[in-house]
Amino acid sequence: MTGLGSRVVIDRAGLQALVVALRGAGYRVIAPTIRAGAIVPDEISSIDDLPAGWTDEQEAGRYRLRRRDDDALFGYATGPRSWKESLFPPRCLLWRAERDDHGFEVVEDPVPAPRPAAFLGVRGCELAAIQVQDRVFGVEGFADPGYRARRLQAFVVAVNCGTPGGTCFCVSMGTGPAVGPGFDLALTELLSRDAHEFCVEVGTERGAAILAAVPSRSAGPDDEAAAQRVVEGATRQMGRKLETSGIKELLYGSYESPRWDEVAARCLACGNCTLACPTCFCHAVEDTSDLEGRTAERWRSWDSCFSLDFTRLGAGKIRASTRSRYRQWLTHKLATWIDQFGTSGCVGCGRCITWCPVGIDITEEVRAIRRTQEA
Amino acid sequence: MGIEPLHTLLREHPFFSGLEEPDIEFIAGCGRNVVFEPGEYLFHEGEDADQMFIVRRGRVALEIVAPGREPVVLDSPAEGDVIGFSWLFPPYRWQFDGRALEPVRAVALDGVCLRDKCEEDKRLGYELMKRVASIVLRRLQSARLRLADMYRP
Amino acid sequence: MTFPIETAGAPLPEPMLPRQYRVRSRRRETHDVVTLALEPLHGPGPRCRPGQFNMLYAFGIGEVPISVSGNPTGRGPVLHTIRAVGLASRALCDSRPETVVGVRGPFGTDWAVESASGRDLVIVAGGIGLAPLRPAIHEVLAHRERYGRVSVLIGARGPAELLYPAEIQRWRSRFDLDVRVTVDAADGSWHGPVGVVTELIPRASFDPKSALALVCGPEIMIHFAARSLLDHGFDPNNVRVSLERNMKCGIGLCGHCQLGPEFVCRDGPVFTYARVGRLLATREV
Repeated sequence: MTGLGSRVVIDRAGLQALVVALRGAGYRVIAPTIRAGAIVPDEISSIDDLPAGWTDEQEAGRYRLRRRDDDALFGYATGPRSWKESLFPPRCLLWRAERDDHGFEVVEDPVPAPRPAAFLGVRGCELAAIQVQDRVFGVEGFADPGYRARRLQAFVVAVNCGTPGGTCFCVSMGTGPAVGPGFDLALTELLSRDAHEFCVEVGTERGAAILAAVPSRSAGPDDEAAAQRVVEGATRQMGRKLETSGIKELLYGSYESPRWDEVAARCLACGNCTLACPTCFCHAVEDTSDLEGRTAERWRSWDSCFSLDFTRLGAGKIRASTRSRYRQWLTHKLATWIDQFGTSGCVGCGRCITWCPVGIDITEEVRAIRRTQEA
Repeated sequence: MGIEPLHTLLREHPFFSGLEEPDIEFIAGCGRNVVFEPGEYLFHEGEDADQMFIVRRGRVALEIVAPGREPVVLDSPAEGDVIGFSWLFPPYRWQFDGRALEPVRAVALDGVCLRDKCEEDKRLGYELMKRVASIVLRRLQSARLRLADMYRP
Repeated sequence: MTFPIETAGAPLPEPMLPRQYRVRSRRRETHDVVTLALEPLHGPGPRCRPGQFNMLYAFGIGEVPISVSGNPTGRGPVLHTIRAVGLASRALCDSRPETVVGVRGPFGTDWAVESASGRDLVIVAGGIGLAPLRPAIHEVLAHRERYGRVSVLIGARGPAELLYPAEIQRWRSRFDLDVRVTVDAADGSWHGPVGVVTELIPRASFDPKSALALVCGPEIMIHFAARSLLDHGFDPNNVRVSLERNMKCGIGLCGHCQLGPEFVCRDGPVFTYARVGRLLATREV
């Protein structure tokens, strides 16, 4: 069995064997797939389900898939959905209760727990996003027992980026393109004219155990150099840059910046950014019952601070204007999040830029606020 | 009940603090002690406003009366408060009813006398106007806060 | 930064699951405010501290955050004073005795009344804001000798909107409490002060350098009361306010109650004015 931190090299057949080994161990393997013109995570049974030979073109408010001139399995950046939907489901039942003469009784385990998930293809920014949400949902404490259970079971096969997207800025946020610690296994795709291989780094004993079923050879200095070059190349291809020095103080001091009016004239308050964002965690809690009022359920579903009702209080709303809601989202993501959880809320994946229908760019907004502040 | 106690009251009252002795003496000369029983009216809306009251004891309700409804109490000056500034401004008429809620002892200052003196001695006029404006400002802010209806759900 | 949810020192395995409580009694306070006395169906309930709140659940309808307004330490049913504003609060207000409701909590920070030991206290309550302050007043009265001069300043829209009028009368009859009550407007039968509650502050006796102020009521009132207290020499660290925001989870997870970096359900609802004053003064934060 290979030790922690050691590297091996596997080929395409080996990657397929990895998928088989994971499924055999009882995991659902969730990996990037093409659905409705976008690359999104879904359950796969074979590496044939991966978007081989595809890449994405991303710009503010723009996303297109394009064929590559090779067969890379991970030659694209991130899509509109993230691993968030597996760890923090968009809608889930918290509990169900039945009313009787003495009060109400909670029904045990109304929904069977799904099989544990193995995430194949987690990018550096995405792993960082998962760890940001870990702090929110309190993996160590009891804040969300559902999240904790799903998270501890999740097997992470990370991928070091070779082809960042046009809106990526993981370098600015310190989350990539190389993945940080927290994976079970980490792959770097090494694609050349002669070979299609993956350099695999072992992160945990659980990872080593799964890898034991996969044919591999030890990684030599050439393999490691090639893997290094992939990451270095990606580092130089960042589509965006966000200056993070003093950003908390900047935003805390910018509540009255005229820039908010400017962006509010463009923002639709549609909430796409919060849906696409892998760290946004705001959710609604909804209590329902059947017509007779005998059975009640409590559901949790994703919510967005952009929704008008988000701050409803009595007859009014605290944040009624689009201006205030955009300001809340950006200030929370880049500033107040730091005071709440000890890290930034942003991992630089660029999804909010790509999926904004009017192309609002978080990096440009920060730049503009800085300019206004310094003026 | 002579001028002497009035003089002392005025000198110690915050409204007149900072005024010079001759002014205090003059104002005291315009004043007399008055007493009202509970339910008794100090003044009615529309009457000539020719007095300013300084409440020594008790509470006065300032009310608006309209046909078909109960009187609405909008203010209730009590011990130490000053009532009545309409003697300073045309048409010199009381804007509200003033009714004693409890036994009230007050000093009534002759508004016409004060007004004439202020016209003659602009310096005293300015000093009194400053003090009046300060109280009016505070009461305006109180009225505005209540107008904002902050207790609504 | 993680935090385990605890009540009475024991971690809650399921923080989103309500415990069952029975409505022991119900008292109508005003035309739209009701006080419910709740006791747990099974076992003793957790001890709440003055200023904390519970999430009250009307079966199948919804949940609302309501401050504890009496008996926080659980000697007798815990009281909640509820204003009927939406579906859930209306359903709770309509609950008859023996109805079973759900309770999650207690959550949030408390008034920390004991920290006022040896100091003057100025308590300013506007409208339904008297409800969360009532347990604090009880705590003061239970150990009256520990505190200096205590003023309780109460404001309401009108005499019919005053909460706990009989109890206010009992407080007023005490010689060791300065209780002043004002209403925005009244009819002729009201013989007390008429005006906004902030006007009572200059009449209270306190040493601003060391006194502690507790303020609760509509946010406009909190804003002006805090300003008045500061104008009278209070340090903003010695002014504590209780805030309200839209809450869905009560445990700092759903994000709805955020005020800048603060989660009102977890970092509040009681805050020092030093901590939230600037946020309160910023529009639409």
